[in-house]
Amino acid sequence: MSRLGKITRRTLLVGAVAVAGGAAFGIYQIRRPVANPLRPEDGATLNPYVIIDRAGISIIAPRAEMGQGVHTTLAALVAEELDADWEQIRVLHGPPAAAYYNAALAHGALPVPEYAMKDWQRSVAHGIGAASKLLGLQVTGGSTSTVDGFERMRRAGASAREALKAVAADRLGVGPDQLRTEAGQVIAPDGREIDYRELAEDAASRPVPQVALRHPYDWKLLGRSLPRSDMRAKATGQAQFSTDIVLPGMKFATVRICPYLGGSMAGFDPAPALAIPGVEQVLDLGDGIAVIASNTWAALQGAEAAQIDWTQSPLPATTGAMFDQIARAFDDRPNSTMRDQGKPDDQSAQLEVEYRVPFLAHSTMEPMGATAHLQDGHLTLWVGNQAPREHLKVAAEAAGLAEENVTLHTVFLGGGFGRRVETDITRQAATIAAKLPGTPIRLTWSREEDMRHDFYRPAAIARMRGAVENGRITLLDAKVAAPSVTRAAIGRLTGRSMGGPDKGHVEGAFDQPYDIPHYRVAGHLADLDVPIGFWRAVGNSFNGFFHESFIDELAHQAGADPLQFRLDHVGPESPVAAGTLEAVRDLSGWGQPLPEGRARGVAMTWSFGTPTAVVIELAREGGAIRIPRAWMACDPGLVLDPGIVRAQMESGLIYGLSAALMGEITFTDGRADQGNFPDYDALRMFNTPQIEVAIVQDNPHMGGVGEPGTPPAMAALANAHFALTGERIRSLPLIRAADYLI
Amino acid sequence: MTRSLTVNGHRTEVAASPQTPLLWVLRDELGLTGTKFGCGVASCGACTVHVDGQAVRSCQLPLGEVRGDVTTIEGLGADGLAPLQDAWIRHQVAQCGYCQSGQIMQAADLLAANPDPSDAEIDDAMGGNLCRCGTYSAIRAAIHDAARALRSGGAG
Ligand code: FES
Ligand code: FES
Repeated sequence: MSRLGKITRRTLLVGAVAVAGGAAFGIYQIRRPVANPLRPEDGATLNPYVIIDRAGISIIAPRAEMGQGVHTTLAALVAEELDADWEQIRVLHGPPAAAYYNAALAHGALPVPEYAMKDWQRSVAHGIGAASKLLGLQVTGGSTSTVDGFERMRRAGASAREALKAVAADRLGVGPDQLRTEAGQVIAPDGREIDYRELAEDAASRPVPQVALRHPYDWKLLGRSLPRSDMRAKATGQAQFSTDIVLPGMKFATVRICPYLGGSMAGFDPAPALAIPGVEQVLDLGDGIAVIASNTWAALQGAEAAQIDWTQSPLPATTGAMFDQIARAFDDRPNSTMRDQGKPDDQSAQLEVEYRVPFLAHSTMEPMGATAHLQDGHLTLWVGNQAPREHLKVAAEAAGLAEENVTLHTVFLGGGFGRRVETDITRQAATIAAKLPGTPIRLTWSREEDMRHDFYRPAAIARMRGAVENGRITLLDAKVAAPSVTRAAIGRLTGRSMGGPDKGHVEGAFDQPYDIPHYRVAGHLADLDVPIGFWRAVGNSFNGFFHESFIDELAHQAGADPLQFRLDHVGPESPVAAGTLEAVRDLSGWGQPLPEGRARGVAMTWSFGTPTAVVIELAREGGAIRIPRAWMACDPGLVLDPGIVRAQMESGLIYGLSAALMGEITFTDGRADQGNFPDYDALRMFNTPQIEVAIVQDNPHMGGVGEPGTPPAMAALANAHFALTGERIRSLPLIRAADYLI
Repeated sequence: MTRSLTVNGHRTEVAASPQTPLLWVLRDELGLTGTKFGCGVASCGACTVHVDGQAVRSCQLPLGEVRGDVTTIEGLGADGLAPLQDAWIRHQVAQCGYCQSGQIMQAADLLAANPDPSDAEIDDAMGGNLCRCGTYSAIRAAIHDAARALRSGGAG
């Protein structure tokens, strides 16, 4: 790792500053146990993760369930140690509380490639994570949930179990070491069984015993594919999402906000809206209106009908002009050069190319929505969200209430992908509820409102220079320009402006495990105010495409097999990453002759701690191109639930392929041209490939699984397109260049 | 003005205007929130219910034009779980779950007409149902499995 010397020295500095800043004030604070936010009306709570009442055991999952299976895996961590009966437990979303801070979120804070982190760097990063308890960021994102909960939640289960045993031991007059636990019961030496429910109340007031955690060999729940805790509810229509709460006297609302982003409302005439049967009120929200009606349909009709004068958007008038603005960032000094090896400026390039990717919408299956009710000075909200404390704060502000007068229930998220970190929907719901005290409101956005008021994945441009010699890359010099998601989204979330080198902006390019002598990645931040935010895999989603497409170009330049070419460069730098390439090679039978009209492409990226390699096969069929098959291999280290890992890998791949193939948001006068699925579609069953997934577990560190499948899918698709057609796609989406089956 | 409607075997009176799409009558007037809104333009299938046994996009069907009994996801397995729901659980299909009511209702319509669909027939029938979580392979497996269970005599 000597080539990372420069980075390492800088890391030391940054790491040290961050820890000292936290530590000076922090050690005491950090070591102090967090307050338990749970106050069950009935039953007892043993710690922030366990409630035992007459109905049984509830486990609190502090992260949002948005499809990634996190409720199941987090609950299994507790249940494993608690010896709870998996079929009997309930899993609940945690309330907004500091106790549920996400420490793993900061693990990526050091400006060093994750694959090359030394143990001391990991502990420095962990220190930053512990300091984040002070910030109390209870965010679901960055594929961090399981990594974050791995110790903490098993400890919660183990200490609760020991407290229950201690109470039972006192009652039975035996030592705790003579007791066993199984399926929610303490079992005495003579076989007598005491249900946890009978012990919970006394156990809750015991000091928290710290005990050793079980060895993975002894695990009964972890390490296997469990039945998901939310599956039955989701197969029967019982799972509650943001707009599924039914309250007596409820009214139904929608909004119409200025679609010219950055613009506002000069005035409006509510009369045409009020003429729609069922419409009861039109409220002024400043930058748009809310329509309140006796059902959502009437509200949607009313919002359409209202006459509104919008003010103009300050954004460039066309998408082309936006790209020009992004390209201007190359003229400024880079914000970061997080990979800087050798002397790239002294090398002559054989290839000099530019790549472009468009803005993308999240397009979650469930459009934004929320339910809110202000009664007797207390506001209650139900909203599927990825950052409950921030949503609570915004709701309190919007309603003009103190935070203790607001209750926020996190319900199931109909897809998140980063979109539901944003608090806009909660602000609106709280504002509307505050104007209608005593009346519960259900706020539903139209799909068009959702697509036109997204916080988009930014458009980005990469300029790449490269050269090969004797089958090896000698030069890879990348510059990436895009507006900064970190600055926009973290700034909104924390209310602080983020300065310094922006790692998120170049992740997926600077931190890839390739052995290249002259290797540089510079990030240029563009000054463009299109609302942007976290999107599945964020920076990796564009940088992974740039970097892995260019590696493919260099392989072609070298006349090498693209998979073996990668192995030659990755092997010396990261055996773990090389292992995923080998696994996908073997799984797909890479290199075997294919029938006429078929071709394959490969890509590998390391993101969120998990190297993931993908092979995509394309087939010509009746004048169009189809994607019949895909193979993936990932190495997230220790796997807690292989079924969920596999599902997340497939999901990430399909999300990436959908975007690379057909995803594109364009703007005219600052308004998104696409409004609904007919203009912004995704893969459907008939054009989704058959997918096989291999899970390797050689990585010594646990990685995430929700996002790592997305970046390599995009590049592998474009690389397969090159293999099939000889045409290199440097600008997404692909359907602009070729006829695909969609 | 009220209209009467039979939903999941229960007759109810609804006060909404006849232009109101069935989706919003179910969700807002009757509190049957298992049926979801995804697009409002017949392009996602989240709102799929059965009218007279046929899958329809409830976002497109005005209340005034509903001819026949309505079945929603809540009424599909009136006496416990329908075979499709059982298969959905066996195959652990759902991720976020938001599209799944519509997927199941669409699949039920397919199996009613075709007890042993091929992959291509499943593709055809399910093409209008979007899943942003990408659960398609599990959906396909669950449909085949439910079809087998139904053919071997499981209750409809
Ligand atoms: S909501 Fe009816 S098809 Fe999308
Ligand atoms: S399960 Fe999330 S959209 Fe289908």
